[in-house]
Amino acid sequence: MMIRSTKEFWAGLIYISFGSTAILVGRDYQMGTAFRMGPAYFPTILGGLLVVIGAISVIRSFIAVGAPIGRFAIQGLLLVSAAIFLFAFLVRGLGVALALPILVIISAYASTRFRWGPTLIMAVGLTVFCVLVFLEGLGIPLPVLGPWLGG
Amino acid sequence: MDLIGNLWLGLQTSASLANLFYCFVGVFLGTAIGVLPGLGPTATIAMLLPVTFVLPPVSALIMLAGIYYGSQYGGSTTSILVNLPGEAASVVTTLDGYQMARKGRAGAALAASAIGSFFAGTVATLLIAAFGPPMANMALKFGPAEYFSLMVMGLAASIVLAQGSLLHAIGMVVLGLLLGLIGTDVTSGTQRYTFGIFELADGIGFVTVAMGMFGLGEIIRNLENEEDRSVVISKITSLWPTKEDWRRMMPSILRGTAIGSVLGILPGSGSILGSFAAYSIEKKVSKNGSQFGKGMIEGVAAPESANNAGAQTSFIPMLTLGIPSNPVSALMVGAMIIHGIQPGPSVISEQPALFWGIVVSMWIGNLMLIILNLPLIGMWVRMIMIPYQFLYPGILVFCAIGVFSLKNAEFDIYLMGLFGVLGYIFAKLGCEAAPMLLAFILGPLMEEYLRRAMLLSRGNPWVFLQRPISATLLVIAVLALCSVLIPSFSKTREEAFVEGAG
Repeated sequence: MMIRSTKEFWAGLIYISFGSTAILVGRDYQMGTAFRMGPAYFPTILGGLLVVIGAISVIRSFIAVGAPIGRFAIQGLLLVSAAIFLFAFLVRGLGVALALPILVIISAYASTRFRWGPTLIMAVGLTVFCVLVFLEGLGIPLPVLGPWLGG
Repeated sequence: MDLIGNLWLGLQTSASLANLFYCFVGVFLGTAIGVLPGLGPTATIAMLLPVTFVLPPVSALIMLAGIYYGSQYGGSTTSILVNLPGEAASVVTTLDGYQMARKGRAGAALAASAIGSFFAGTVATLLIAAFGPPMANMALKFGPAEYFSLMVMGLAASIVLAQGSLLHAIGMVVLGLLLGLIGTDVTSGTQRYTFGIFELADGIGFVTVAMGMFGLGEIIRNLENEEDRSVVISKITSLWPTKEDWRRMMPSILRGTAIGSVLGILPGSGSILGSFAAYSIEKKVSKNGSQFGKGMIEGVAAPESANNAGAQTSFIPMLTLGIPSNPVSALMVGAMIIHGIQPGPSVISEQPALFWGIVVSMWIGNLMLIILNLPLIGMWVRMIMIPYQFLYPGILVFCAIGVFSLKNAEFDIYLMGLFGVLGYIFAKLGCEAAPMLLAFILGPLMEEYLRRAMLLSRGNPWVFLQRPISATLLVIAVLALCSVLIPSFSKTREEAFVEGAG
């Protein structure tokens, strides 16, 4: 057997994993009856439906020929998500004044047209703007300089 | 007459200095994001939602609505001038709009688009005013069974209108419903699918999902191939269409408005489908259909009228029934709830100033847009030239700070990152995010109404077919889904999208 449509195959697997998780984890909750539905009733139905849809998709992947998935933007995917996760991790400790430029520089690096000059200007500009508008103006409770820096 | 009295009330509300200002901010931002690449109305509204918490509810909703219909205007500008659609709904405009620009008629194309959009916006505003109250009155009689069936119909329509495979659209809807159930179950108090994570007890915020899938996911996708936007822009000479142009575009504007208004009410991507449908109909009724794609003014006027009409009538289900029909109106429902307004049919009678204020502001917004877009076109042209690499880090910053400010929790930033990755993977697999997002917000509501309906019927599932309105809605849902299976219809559906993508 050969997978003829990788798109169908992987989408199907994702559906099956979400659907079966919903059913398995749902077993810890009360099922109830159709008259008085418990917290497990609706998610279990949906989970079952999703597993069926996933199974059809996987079966179809062996039959119908589909377009290939195409090139993944690995660099973009990794750098952009890493920049966001790192920002979440650093922002309270380091403060906006450092965490925000880090976010800007790492994410900007994902572009093939990355250049240090404009990126640094952008990092400083955005940080000043955010501190003035969001922290001072709208009062979002984030430190400019965090406790890791003695702020 | 009642209608005039109501519109007068709306005018008084929306013409206050503050509300005029927020309406202007909304349509201005809307045009900007329509012009800028890779930033859509869903992500923008999600980012700005926290900012609107400090505003009075009317002003907040007027501004958010303005962003949405304003983006339809801006999207057409880039379609015509640089052959790149700023928004999905203006994809077809590139076909004839860009050809007109290449022939030195960019001014006429921009004018046709703006005049068509303004006319469509005016008609759609009147339609909301006329049909809103009767629809809300009807909805006041709805019981849980009717609401459940209404949502089933809405999701069915969003499946039919989704691009790509029907199976995946259904899969994404079911997945969205499931993700929506994460958090504390209202009826039993059980914490579902929280995996012991304290922050998940309140469920996943809709804004977090929207920003992740539409903001982040879109950025990663744009980084795949960074296109050059430095296309030579033809000089815009005369903006005013000739007599011949007027004669040719008026019927197209009328047809486009009619098609767009009807399709816009449908849940899902109604305004996108409207522009495709309007374009193909123009092609069919025109005596020289073969000339389309070579710079016909009809091919610009009709789809532009349709997408603007659709963008506005898509607010009808949200304003009258309290049920969002697309991600943008779902965000507005969220804004209403945060301001303590329970969305639903009673909004019109209990908050008349809010409802009529929004309706009239849409017309005022359209008037502002025509002024913003025709004489000030030069400013937008310069904005088109901003390279993407200077844009997306800023978008990321606003997303990260915006999502944090919702609950002042870093956890939401992580979650947004996760949904960004998920959104990108789904996009690569050809699974569309819009139906999932709609299902996500409807998930808990649907479960609630299903439970109530079954409780009232003592566990008899036939209740959904015994009540006439509910049965009708379900039949429509089934017919809509079956229509995709009819070969000729599914062919047209595919063609419409292919034509747009090409």
